[in-house]
Amino acid sequence: MLNVGKIEEGFVLDHIPAGKSMSIYYHLGLDKLDCTVAIIKNAKSNVMGKKDIIKVECDINTLDMDVLAVIDHTITVNVIKDAVIVEKKQLTLPLEITGIMKCHNPRCITSIEQELPHIFYLADADRELYRCRYCDEKNTERF
Amino acid sequence: MRHLMNPMDFSVEELDRLFDLAADIEKNPEKYAHKCTGKKLATCFYEPSTRTRLSFETAMLNLGGSVIGFSDAGSSSASKGESVSDTIRVISCFADICAMRHPKEGAPMVAASHSTIPVINAGDGGHQHPTQTLTDLLTIRSLKGRLDNFTIGICGDLKFGRTVHSLVNALSRYSGIRFVFISPEELRIPGYLREKLWDNALTFEEVIRLEDVMGKLDLLYMTRVQRERFFNEEDYVRLKDFYILNKDKMALAKPDCLILHPLPRVNEISVEVDKDPRAVYFKQVQYGVYVRMALILTLLDLA
Ligand SMILES: [Zn+2]
Repeated sequence: MLNVGKIEEGFVLDHIPAGKSMSIYYHLGLDKLDCTVAIIKNAKSNVMGKKDIIKVECDINTLDMDVLAVIDHTITVNVIKDAVIVEKKQLTLPLEITGIMKCHNPRCITSIEQELPHIFYLADADRELYRCRYCDEKNTERF
Repeated sequence: MRHLMNPMDFSVEELDRLFDLAADIEKNPEKYAHKCTGKKLATCFYEPSTRTRLSFETAMLNLGGSVIGFSDAGSSSASKGESVSDTIRVISCFADICAMRHPKEGAPMVAASHSTIPVINAGDGGHQHPTQTLTDLLTIRSLKGRLDNFTIGICGDLKFGRTVHSLVNALSRYSGIRFVFISPEELRIPGYLREKLWDNALTFEEVIRLEDVMGKLDLLYMTRVQRERFFNEEDYVRLKDFYILNKDKMALAKPDCLILHPLPRVNEISVEVDKDPRAVYFKQVQYGVYVRMALILTLLDLA
């Protein structure tokens, strides 16, 4: 198996469904960070068959957990400090999320006022359903 | 500071207080005639809705306040491209409270988040029209004496009618309400609403013909069935009479069955029904003024 070196401080995002890593890379803004990022695609997994892994060498406060949770809250987040795992974070769906999904309802005020932030609220946690705060339309975006 | 965006923004207890206040206003209007002296209501209507606007303005004038505003987008700065967020910041400097109507869903909420004065949603597209729902509830409570334990028939376009969905949601919070939905097959209540009623174990049935259920209703809420909602002309011609309330159908109704309608009516209630004491849709308009008066007082903390 491909080997990627250990990191001193940062994150290892494990159990990412195979193929989702690039989407996560962009949504977390990792492309804009000036730090070491390793993306491992199609790693072998006993449970999942195939999985993706992302390793990020960065200050542990720079990662937006809410964004990650909305993309996929089943991802395992290992927090690394001094080269050891100090925490396994449980992702929970945020009650409100701004700037990740866009409302596509043509009758929504966001369709004419471009500068408005697109805000969604968690309408049904079991079904992982988010709705637009302005018009209550369901989010249809998938990551 | 509070706004009113959705009829469910108020808890059942808060609604009770609001309706008690409205009832007192009805009984003692002179007690409230100067409550809003020196206060201004801005009616910001980005699309015309004369009845709703006049109801708000009447409410404020009845309270001794005054009114400013615009009645369609063309006569406002919106036609020059000003955003709702900017407009409300300006309006906040002029007025003490604002009622906003907008064709886009969520516009009043945008206003509320940038406002320093209370904002009332006076209708945002097909989304919400909370003061209509409050009007309906106050009418029922005042004329029936309660908001629980009755059978309400809701007739007409139940698929697209925002007024209907909102009323059903609001009534779902009270106990012992039995819903009878009367509509053509194509215009039945939407799936999400049916699921919600199931989830909350509420009693309801769906029928095609008004005549079949008339006798068991304590209330009948009529709405319009628009010709263009039908798939073909044939169906429209075949079905339209099922949804027109006339003297013959009134003869089947209980002696105390109240008839409500959000107005404007077109032909779904024959004018011959107007003289029937059970027809209360014009009283409903009056309750609309009382409930808006109570709302203005409540949001301005003058109650
Ligand atoms: Zn929206």
